[in-house]
Amino acid sequence: MTATTVSQHVRYQTKVAHRRATSEPAWVRWTFIAIALAFLTLFLFVPLAAVFTEALRKGWHTYLSALVDPDALSAIWLTLIAAAIALPLNLIFGVAAAWAIAKFEFRGKSVLITLIDLPFAVSPVVAGLIYVLIFGLQGWFGAWLIDNDLKVIFAIPSIVLATVFVTFPFIARELIPLMQAQGKDEEEAALVLGASGWQILWRVTLPNIKWGLLYGMILTNARAMGEFGAVSVVSGHIRGLTNTMPLHVEILYNEYQYAAAFAVASLLALLALVTLALKTFVEWQSAKHAADAERESNE
Amino acid sequence: MSIEINNISKQFGKFQALQNINFNVPSGELVALLGPSGYGKTTLLRIIAGLESADDGRIAFHGDDTTDKNVRERQVGFVFQHYALFRHMTVFENVAFGLRVRPKATRPSDAEIRRRVHELLGLVQLDWLADHYPPQLSGGQRQRIALARALAVEPKVLLLDEPFGALDAKVRKDLRRWLRRLHDELHITSVFVTHDQEEALEVADTIVVMNHGKVEQIGSPQQVYDQPASPFVYQFLGNVNEFESRVKQGRAHIEDIHLDSAEHHAVEDADALAYVRPHDIEVLKEPNGSSSFSAKVNYIHSLGPWVRLELQRQDDTRIIEAELTRERFLQLDLAEGTQVFLRPKQVRVFLKN
Amino acid sequence: MSKKTNVLPGFNLSLGYTLLYLSLIVLIPLSAAFLKTTEFSFSEFWQVVTAPRVVASYKLTFGASLIGAFINAIFGLLTAWVLVRYDFFGKKLIDALVDLPFALPTAVAGIALTAVYAKNGWIGSFLEPNGIHVAFTPVGVVIALTFIGLPFVVRTVQPVLEDLESETEEAAASLGANRWQTFYKIIFPALLPALMTGFALAFARAIGEYGSVIFIAGNMPMVSEITPLIIITKLEQYDYTGATAVAVVMLVISFLLLLAINGLQWWSNRRNAEAIE
Repeated sequence: MTATTVSQHVRYQTKVAHRRATSEPAWVRWTFIAIALAFLTLFLFVPLAAVFTEALRKGWHTYLSALVDPDALSAIWLTLIAAAIALPLNLIFGVAAAWAIAKFEFRGKSVLITLIDLPFAVSPVVAGLIYVLIFGLQGWFGAWLIDNDLKVIFAIPSIVLATVFVTFPFIARELIPLMQAQGKDEEEAALVLGASGWQILWRVTLPNIKWGLLYGMILTNARAMGEFGAVSVVSGHIRGLTNTMPLHVEILYNEYQYAAAFAVASLLALLALVTLALKTFVEWQSAKHAADAERESNE
Repeated sequence: MSIEINNISKQFGKFQALQNINFNVPSGELVALLGPSGYGKTTLLRIIAGLESADDGRIAFHGDDTTDKNVRERQVGFVFQHYALFRHMTVFENVAFGLRVRPKATRPSDAEIRRRVHELLGLVQLDWLADHYPPQLSGGQRQRIALARALAVEPKVLLLDEPFGALDAKVRKDLRRWLRRLHDELHITSVFVTHDQEEALEVADTIVVMNHGKVEQIGSPQQVYDQPASPFVYQFLGNVNEFESRVKQGRAHIEDIHLDSAEHHAVEDADALAYVRPHDIEVLKEPNGSSSFSAKVNYIHSLGPWVRLELQRQDDTRIIEAELTRERFLQLDLAEGTQVFLRPKQVRVFLKN
Repeated sequence: MSKKTNVLPGFNLSLGYTLLYLSLIVLIPLSAAFLKTTEFSFSEFWQVVTAPRVVASYKLTFGASLIGAFINAIFGLLTAWVLVRYDFFGKKLIDALVDLPFALPTAVAGIALTAVYAKNGWIGSFLEPNGIHVAFTPVGVVIALTFIGLPFVVRTVQPVLEDLESETEEAAASLGANRWQTFYKIIFPALLPALMTGFALAFARAIGEYGSVIFIAGNMPMVSEITPLIIITKLEQYDYTGATAVAVVMLVISFLLLLAINGLQWWSNRRNAEAIE
């Protein structure tokens, strides 16, 4: 459900600029453009601008002090930790799943692909809830965890778990179609030339999927740092301990500290903009590579 | 290094791709697996390489059973149909790959690798492309790089899957002559898959004709062309006329004529098909006793030193093709509509079963 | 080709790891939710999930998600059309920003939309005097769900529109069709599978959405309380079984939607493949 994948982007970025034979009258064109822009302005650009305006409403001083507040810093820290753990875990999973699915035929493959998609369809709130049911006080492991003095719910482990869950499919979904499209010719060639499994992975497969991999990592990271619903259920909102940045925004907002809430929010909005910029760059790069490949296959 | 192929069978679901394949590739020979697309040739090649496993049967290299040997240990060179060059590596790194992935103990030094790669690039005459990437090369160049890469590991056996399939006609012709010369130089036992009869006839020492997962005939280009072992081979290699026929008491009846059919002398009475190559049909102005039958010239295609006639029997819609030299054509003074007599000079008769 | 004949290494390792990780992170935890509801008898379960306040939340969640997805279907199609077919200043930038709802954390979207559509906000201050109340009403819920579903339709329709053969349109024009006839007889049918897929994706995303809604909704029981919030409320009252019961209802709906989306994508891909051949 990422809706946009590298391969799709590549397709439409490499093929712009053929047509014009059939087109609409200028007034229709400009009306359409105006309506589309009005729609996007109303729903995208105005809210985005509002974040930064509200954040700076009370001046730079308030803005900066909201960011260096110890609770804010610990929220930033926790957000980074959660993303730093979730990202490599889902990265390894994504490569393993794509390898099995793209390079081999086996029974139940399409069921497996659907199951990998599941976390996209599950409400973040439900995602948080299921971990409470397992690790919470009344959960499957609740009593055992208390006996051993371990804390999962209302502590960092559950925040990481919830983050892993909501970002679970991103990298796998990016890599599976990419690796399926590339086939296994190059891997077989490497095998015949005497390469071992790990050598094939490192020297042939990974270099070939690096843009898709990067793309998936960017999406995963953005979602991991921004997740709210699932983390909100499992974190317990303990200030300075189990608050991530989005949760910190909520607390400040509910305490009517609007400027501070928007200050922290503006950091997250910046992160989103950087994400979009990186994503566009990666799409541009992989489109260039795909154009090369297309030239290759056309000869 | 010879290759022995014993009783290889392979099935994909309900599709029988290979059925009891048996033949040997003598050491140092260049063998073509020839047949229509989609009938098991590539599968057989991949089984020899170890990229696929047979359901039944065994492959031996010089007497050593390789059935349980991993691809990595077989020391085969494999040239893929679409080359499978590593897109993200330079030409140099592509060729060096097989040497670089060797375990430390057997890996040549960097200087040695560089020397070997340049030597191979010299052999395929593309040393100047060492720093280019595969997408920057033409099809023919990629093909030669793929070959150099396969040779870098000093394979005992070289396998090529439709090596010229993806190239245009002109490049194809040049490359196959070049491959033949290269083989004469290196003498590596080689097998290549092709669906192009001209290619197989021109390049190979031996041709294995395959159809529907079975071997139809094995022989030198001369043998398979001049003495096809089955109707399929007749039709697949070169043009041929097919006549409905009947064999009675050792004599074949084709159209109005009767021929002795030595190989079917014991046959009492059976339906058969007779095959005559267009250049084995003699065109006459006058009947030649019982050895010729009449036909009318429909079309005359005149190109170069050969003239091709399309002829038709009365009350018959089927077309008969004949080829004759321009000299003979002028001598006969033929025009479209002329009535002529045809005498098959060489006929093969196959019984219908 | 069965896996037995595939000589590439690592099948057992990669598939084994995939299944293990999938089970630990997704399948076992999800099954916990279904097991938890067995603490209820069926009639208890039914009572919880059909309580008036819960039913009101279903209505709001589904209704608002449906309206949001419809808005996105219409304007998303238009946006995709404009981005693919026309050239104008800043197009590339706008194209990149369409994905903002994917990248922007939902909580940030929530407070930003609230600020903009509140009584004294940039847009709200124009609407309020005209009697249009957005913030803290179901309308606000629709606004938030439209925002988070915005990229889906654009991004599913865009590539299909891009791949559309211009020859078919030229053929239609040469056969005498006017532009509008060409659109609804030639172009629209080709886009329909992708459009429906995008609609379903936006709808599915909206159903489960929490972060961007709760700030703008006002969260009044029976009026502007969405289903995910009901779950949270029950959890805060330590009613784990009740929360799980409602969650299971949502899970079942999610599964059904996922199946529908898979079917739609299959249909869409097949259409596409045919078009390319």
